[in-house]
Parts: sequence; structure tokens; C-alpha cells
Amino acid sequence: MYGYRGSLARYLKKIGAKIGDRIRIQKAGSSYEGALMPRSELGETSHLVLKLPSGYNLGVKVTKWTKIVKIGEGKPPKLGMPSIKIKRDPSKPDVTIVGSGGTIASRVDYRTGAVFPAFTPEEIYGAVPELGGLANIKVIEACNVFSEHMTPELWVKIGRAVARELNSGASGVVVAHGTDTMGYTAAALSFMLKGLFRPVVLVGSQRSSDRPSSDAALNLISAVTVAGRSEIAEVCVVMHGSTEDDFCLIHRGTKVRKCHTSRRDTFQTINDVPLGMVRDGELKLFRDDYNRAKPEGRVKVDGKFEPKVALVKVFPAMRSEVLDGLVSAGYKGIVLEGTGLGHAPESLFEGIKRTIGRGIPVVMTSQCIWGRVNMRVYSTGRDLLQLGVIPGEDMLPETAYIKLMFALGHTSKLDEISEIMRTNLAGEITPRTRPDAFLKPVFSPKAGV
Amino acid sequence: MGLNYEKLGLRVGFEIHQELGTHKLFCNCPSELRDEEPLLEVKRRLRPTQSELGKVDRAALAEAIKGKVFRYQVTDNVCLVELDGEPPHPVNEEALDIALEAALLLNAKPLDEVHTMRKIVIDGSNTCGFQRTILVATDGHVEVNGKRFRIPTICLEEDAARKMGEGAELIDYRLDRLGIPLVEIATGPDFSAPYTPAKAALYIGQLLRATGKVKRGIGTIRQDINISIAGGARQEIKGVQELTLISTVIEREVQRQLALLEIRDELRRRRAGKVTKRMIDVTNVFSKSGSRVIREAIGAGGAVLAVKLPKFAGLLGKELQPGRRFGTELADCARLYGKVGGLFHTDELPGYGISQEEVDRLRKITDAAEGDAVVFIADVKEKAEAGLNAVVDRANQALDGVPEETRRALPDGNTEFMRPLPGAGRLYPETDIGPIPITRDRLNKIRKRLPELPEQKVKRFIKEYDLSQDLARRITLSENVGLFEEIVKKYRVDPTLVASTLEETLVSLRRDGVPVENLNKKHLADTFKLLSLRKITREPIPQILSTLARKPREKVEKILDELGLKAMSIRELEGMVSGIVDNNIEIVREQGENSHKILMGILMREVRGRADGKKVSEILREKIKSRLKG
Repeated sequence: MYGYRGSLARYLKKIGAKIGDRIRIQKAGSSYEGALMPRSELGETSHLVLKLPSGYNLGVKVTKWTKIVKIGEGKPPKLGMPSIKIKRDPSKPDVTIVGSGGTIASRVDYRTGAVFPAFTPEEIYGAVPELGGLANIKVIEACNVFSEHMTPELWVKIGRAVARELNSGASGVVVAHGTDTMGYTAAALSFMLKGLFRPVVLVGSQRSSDRPSSDAALNLISAVTVAGRSEIAEVCVVMHGSTEDDFCLIHRGTKVRKCHTSRRDTFQTINDVPLGMVRDGELKLFRDDYNRAKPEGRVKVDGKFEPKVALVKVFPAMRSEVLDGLVSAGYKGIVLEGTGLGHAPESLFEGIKRTIGRGIPVVMTSQCIWGRVNMRVYSTGRDLLQLGVIPGEDMLPETAYIKLMFALGHTSKLDEISEIMRTNLAGEITPRTRPDAFLKPVFSPKAGV
Repeated sequence: MGLNYEKLGLRVGFEIHQELGTHKLFCNCPSELRDEEPLLEVKRRLRPTQSELGKVDRAALAEAIKGKVFRYQVTDNVCLVELDGEPPHPVNEEALDIALEAALLLNAKPLDEVHTMRKIVIDGSNTCGFQRTILVATDGHVEVNGKRFRIPTICLEEDAARKMGEGAELIDYRLDRLGIPLVEIATGPDFSAPYTPAKAALYIGQLLRATGKVKRGIGTIRQDINISIAGGARQEIKGVQELTLISTVIEREVQRQLALLEIRDELRRRRAGKVTKRMIDVTNVFSKSGSRVIREAIGAGGAVLAVKLPKFAGLLGKELQPGRRFGTELADCARLYGKVGGLFHTDELPGYGISQEEVDRLRKITDAAEGDAVVFIADVKEKAEAGLNAVVDRANQALDGVPEETRRALPDGNTEFMRPLPGAGRLYPETDIGPIPITRDRLNKIRKRLPELPEQKVKRFIKEYDLSQDLARRITLSENVGLFEEIVKKYRVDPTLVASTLEETLVSLRRDGVPVENLNKKHLADTFKLLSLRKITREPIPQILSTLARKPREKVEKILDELGLKAMSIRELEGMVSGIVDNNIEIVREQGENSHKILMGILMREVRGRADGKKVSEILREKIKSRLKG
């Protein structure tokens, strides 16, 4: 019962106390009266949580001398904004929000048991009334998991939901997603959705939507703007562009990475510049090499992914047994995050040779995150190429991992896989490395530091 | 003011907020304020998220929030936690220990397990939109002047950001103060006179300082006061920094509530009904106005909107507190909700560049009869509308008397509107921090090192140092209590002299205009050291201290030279006494031992504090005796 376990849970049941009921507790000179609250699953099992009339919560350790009396009925606490009903306006674009779980779409706080509103358009309008002026919102749910629990099957489930909405007339689709693996899902959708003719926008939040400082509202407004009002017929991620509540950047789904554990501007376009930005409801595009939206079209889902692919970071004392272990566990492909330009220690060469020898592709990316691999500069790189390692160009390791799953879903021939991995399918490989596509310096000499 | 507060049903309680002397509550940043230019500034917005804020028109609320920007100044002593760019770290255990120590000193019962709560505050003073607060103990009490006052709750919470400036669209905050741990001690509404709360607050402040783990100085201890009178309503008055202001704030709040009740009664007598939100565009009336404010607003594309307050004529000009009228209260609301600069109302017109003719036209267009008041705002139309909406809401509250509000204390003891009084619903759990059990071990450790309570100290001072009850109490409650014990333990001096010098002499010197704030601990300690070495006598101490206060950089010895106050040696003194006796040998012979009194007067004028009077008297008596014999 809401985090209560063992004898305390049994006792509460016996006295008929439910969450929200008014309770009196008496023990050794102290007496507390308040509403019974859910127990955090992180806490000790012997404590009972009360909400005092002042609003404060406290925990009371229950021993056999503690007296608990139910003194009144109550309701579980409800958080959230009152919902708003808005009539469909045919002059506005129709945007479907596909829920997948994560901070934006949270329904129940599992840790506190607090009940959040269900995920309906009314409640979305209630929480972010500005959306009513932008689009007619429809809400569906593809799944409800924290993004770290995403799987290839769920990517396909989300992909099918997106395709269904676009094919039945939505101007654009927004996918509400946890931020941890949003980049992976964005890449998966980028490879999966064929014939995309309208925007697909992934959005999330770094500060949960139950706090007044949440970035969720600005992110959601910006995402709906891109989905409903832009001509970008690609999979992209729209999130805060700075630590201020000022603008959101539009990142291409195959070039975007979560780069900070907690900042609002955690998502960065790597090795490229973002597609554009949204500020005060206005779209501003930085480039024109994106796939233009068309009024008509049909999206097909190519959902064939090989789940047994590993993404492995190379480290100094790494030995071949790491790869041997993966091979014997049945892995069908390996993406290495090599050092520097795409290197690995000699101690790994034998393992790589054995892996490729068994027909398992090994793709090289760089743990530098920024830059392109180039395995012809040093002899180590040349040796690795000789062993048959496939260079991953300027692909993000995470994107290369998704792409290898996708490639293996379609063929197991090494030469075909090598061909696919080295061909740009969805903007994941750029032909030129732009000089302006790197971190902004912390100190600028111009500022006279 | 001569009001019978008891009869008025005055009920006062207060909350003390004391900053603790440890690093921040939810991160490792130092608890220190900075004055330098910020490294960077970050602009953010906040939105209401919880329905407990009350039923509000969502669209209007969204409008009100729009454009309200908070600009946070980041100095190099803050981190991403203050900037809400990183979740809070686990609670500062030292701060929790200090809060528990305070709870035990206040006879309160610590909880078995404490929970961190979020208290929703969206005025920007907390970057995340809530203040984190932890209820630590309940059910305490203190005794002041033999009377017991309840302390229902003791909380540990984080301080808010420092407000640096406010414009109509933007508020500047500095993040250095955000997150500094505070203990919040709330009394019950147990006070029924304006003067006792300050005494109780002083006592609690003393208790807290007794821990030696709290900050001292301006702004490190602040009081919020809860006030109500019968028929009125509870007000929470925020941020009273000086104890001396408490009674004024209470008196003036009573005055305000009484005036608001008079306004209510008058409105009832006039049979005033509910004010409607019918706004009329009166821009045309003021197109050639003599008021610069109005001309500029219209010139910038704005409008002048007016609303009629039926039967309110004359009441907007009614004074609620010295210099603050009912119209000022309406303007507070308009500024807050509409972000407008201010408003005009017919009770103060013609004036401010507005002519009688304009007033007449305004009344005509708004269909205002003689007994009606008209309020108008010149600004961007949406803002003027939001402002007038707030004015109407506030005017309607006047029909019922006094609304419950959170108000800000102004330096003169007046108060201004901040926001409606929040309900319990604005507290909800901080999910980023788990519950913290308070173990018996932890409490026992804290109990073992509890500092001496003031009442224990008074008893000890009477016993150990033979102080009078009154002086013992005064020195105990003084900030000089530490110095007092230091001096009497280190030097052989009369404790009563030390205590009365610290508590009485300094006060009377201050009254005489001596800058005693220049005196530091060393000045005082050095003076008593000289006394213990018999280099000075007790008489000239006030003179020495006042000279030191004026020349705080001089050495005490040098000042003694300057004043000619070095104590005389016994031989010098004997010489002087012999001289005086010889010079007045006639009197000695005539009056015998009775001549002592006259000669003593002459002698003391000569000695001028360079010798102890008792000693002088003793030597004189001997000399007279020996002369009479010889």
C-alpha cells in the first residue's frame, strides 16, 4: 500500500486507514494528528508518514507502544493544474503528442505515490495554456517507461504510433521522452521512418514538470511550434538552447547528444550546427539542407533492428577477452568508442581479429565525442583498418550503435554492412567538419579575462 | 496610541529566522554574501504548477506570468544547485544538528524522521520556484518574564536569493544568499500586547546565539510577525530586521485593520454592492493631458483604462497607516498583478497634472455619480487591464473588511501587500531528497554538548561573581556576555564593575554622543587589565573609554599619559597627603579627626582619579592621627 510494507502495512489495513485519511498517533509524550501519506519506497519500513494541517510531512517511528487511531476519512493528495477544455480550431495545425514516459509525461510519482493528472489534452492545456493558441493537441500513449528502460521494441512501437498519426493527417508529431536516451530514440526513429513528410519532434525536460522552474513548458511550446508550423520533415530534438528560459534549439535526430547530467541546455548538436531555433514562438532556421515537408505523403516504418549490438568504450588496459566475452554471449555487432582519431590498444587487436573473423562487424567511433575518426594517420589506425574495422566517420558513437543495429536488421554480410555504415542515411554523417561546430570557449580573450 | 489591545482581541505570534554558521543547506557553497560584479546573469521564468494555489483564471494567470523575468546574478561562490541546474545535494548534516540543538534548547520534541518539503514561492526569490523546508521538532516552549510561550514548530530551511532591484518587467536577484541554512522558530499566537513579542524574540535570539553556531550581524536574523485582531484577519508580515521595529509594526497593523473595518462599515452604511470588472477605455479624455505619465503611456501606444468603484468616493483617500491610504493598497495590487507603475483615483484629483475638466469628462464617460470613485491606469492595455482587475478584486475584499495577506515590512514600520496568505497546500514533498531518520544516538550526542541556558547563566553569575539579580540578567542577555566572562576570568577585577561598565557605562556614554561602536574587545579588555595591575583606578574608566572611542587607534597607555591618569604610587600619594595636611594644619588642629571630611574633598580634587578613593581616605586618616599625636 503506497510504499508501506510488512507489519505496518498490515496494521494500517486492520484499522482501515487509507492514504489521505486523518490519523492520530500517540507515543511517549508526543501526539500528532494529520493525513496519512504514502511512504517513500526509499525509506525505512517502520516509519509512518503524516501530513500535518500546516502542510508539513513528518515520519513517526511506529513501535509496539505507538497508538494509531483513524479519526476521519480523506482523499489522496492530488497535484497538478486544473484542466482546460479547448475546442478544435480548424485554422490551427493538428499536433499529436505521443507519450512514452519520462519527466514531461509523468503520471504517478512512484517514489511518493502522489497522484499526477492523467495525460489528457485538457490537462496538457491546463499545464501549458499557451499550447491552445498554437495547435489542436491530441494525445496518445505509446508506452510509459523512464527512458533508461527503452528497448528496440519500444522504439518501433513509438515509430508506428508516429507513422499512424502522420498518415492520418497530423501536421506534425511530438514525442514526449525521457532525456537520458532521447538521442538514441531520435536516431532510431531517423533510420526507421521512411518517406517522412512532416516533422517528428522529440522533447523532454531536465527539471520535472512539477516544479515552477521546469523547462518542460518552454520545451513543449517550442516542440509543438516545430511540429505544427515548421517545414522540417525530419526527426529532431527540441530542447533548451541555453541555461536561460529564452530559446530552444532544433537538433537533427542523428547528431544530438545529452552532454550534461542536469543542465537545461544538456542537448548539443555534435560535429554540426543545429537546424535552427525557436524563440518567442518564432522559428529561425540556421541552414537549408533539411528535408522539406510536403502536404501529402505516406510514412512507412522499417522497424528491423538487431538488438544484440554492443557499444564498448576502449580503455588503456583493455584486453581481447572483453570482445571474446561479447562474441560468446551472442552479440552480432560491436561499436567501439576508440581513443583519439579511432584507436585501440594492441592488446585488443587479437580480439578484434577473432570477432571480425566470425563475421561480426566492428565499427570505430571516437570517445572524444567531437571530431571525425581518421585511421590512416597513425600506424595503429592503419593496423585496425587492416583488421577490417569499419571507420565511423563523424558519427556519434550512440548513433553508430543504432545504425549498426539497423544495418544488421537488414543484412549480415560484412561488406554490405560496411557499405551501409559508411553511407549517410539520415544526416548522421557530414562530409565536412565545420570549424564552428565545437564547444564555445569558457573564457574569451576578447572579454579581457 | 492608547488603544486597549486586549479589548481589540489582538493576537500576535512571530517567526524568527536565524542564519546558521555553516555552509549552504543543499550544496557545498560557502554561506557568504558578495558585493562584486556578477560573473554572469541568467534570466529565467517561473510558472505556477500546483492547483493548490487556488482557483484562478488560467488564461489571466498565464498572461500575468508572461513577460515576468527574473535575472539571477551569479558570483563565483555559487554553483549549479543555486542556479537550479543541478539537483540538491544531501542535506547539510551540521545544519541539521544545529537545528536540533536549537529545538532542544527550546524544550521541543524532535521528530523521529524529518521530511524535506517544497514551499511554492513563485516571486523568483528561489530559482526552482519553491523554498525547501524541513520540520525538525514540535511542541516547544520558552519562558519570558515568568510567562510561558508556546513554540509549536522549529524548521530548518534555506534562505532566499537577495533582491537587488525591481523593474516593471524584471526582477534582479543575487544568488549568494540562496541556500544559506536558517532555523525558523514559530511561536504560537500567544501575545496580546505590542511590546512583549520583541522581548521574547530577543530571548530566543539569545538562546540561538548561545549555541555559538549562528551568524551575527544585520540581516542574519529576521522576524516575520503574524497579527490579527477580532473582526480583522491574520496577516503575515515578512522581514522585520530590527527588534525595535516589532512593536511599531504591530501598532500600525492594528491601526490599518481598524481603518479597513471602518471602511467596511461605511461601505455597508452606503449600501455599496459588489464592484464589477467593467473597464472603460478613456484614452480620449487624456489625449492632451497635463500629466507626463499619462502622455508618455499614450505616446508609447498604450491606453488609459478606467473602472468605477460605486460608493467608494472619499474612502480611497482614507489613511490606513501614516502616509498610506486605501488608494495605496489598491496601487500595491495593481503594481503586483498588472506590473504597472501606479494608478490614479478621483479622491486625489484634480492634481498630478490632471485638470478638473478631465475629471468631469472621466466621471461622465464612466457614468460615475458623486458618491462613486473612479480608478484609472495608463499603460500597455493588457497590463492596465490586469492592474484594474486586481484593483476590483481588492475593492471587493474591502466590502468584507480585512483580507488575509502576506505583507512586507517597510523600514518605517508600515507594511505593503506582497501576496495573498498561502494555504497549507503549497507544501509538497521534495522528491529529490529522502526522509532522514533522527536517531537517539544523534540526539544524545547533541544533548551532551548543549550550551548553558540564559537562566542557568544568570544563577551562576549571581553565585560565582556576586552580581545583583538585575545586572546578572542584563549581562546574560547582552552580546557582551562572552567578553564579560573573559575579562573576569583573566584579570583580578570586580565583576560587578566589569558588568556595569559593559552594560551601563557604555550605554550612558552612547547617550552622551560618544561613538562607543568604535570600541572593540581589546580596548575593553586592556582597560580592565590596567585596572587589575593597579595602573589606573576605577574612577576614570568612563573618561578613558570615551577617549578611546574617539581615538580607537591609540594605545591605552598613551591615552593615560595624555589624560594624566596614570595611577599614583603609594609614595607619591603619601607625599601628596602629607602636603595637604601640612598646608591645612590649622583645620586639623581645630577639628581633630573631623577634619578628615574637609581634607578629603581637597585631596580628591588633586588626585583626579589617579588613586583609589578608599586608599586616599585610609592614608589621610593615618596622617591626621599621627599629626594630632605629634
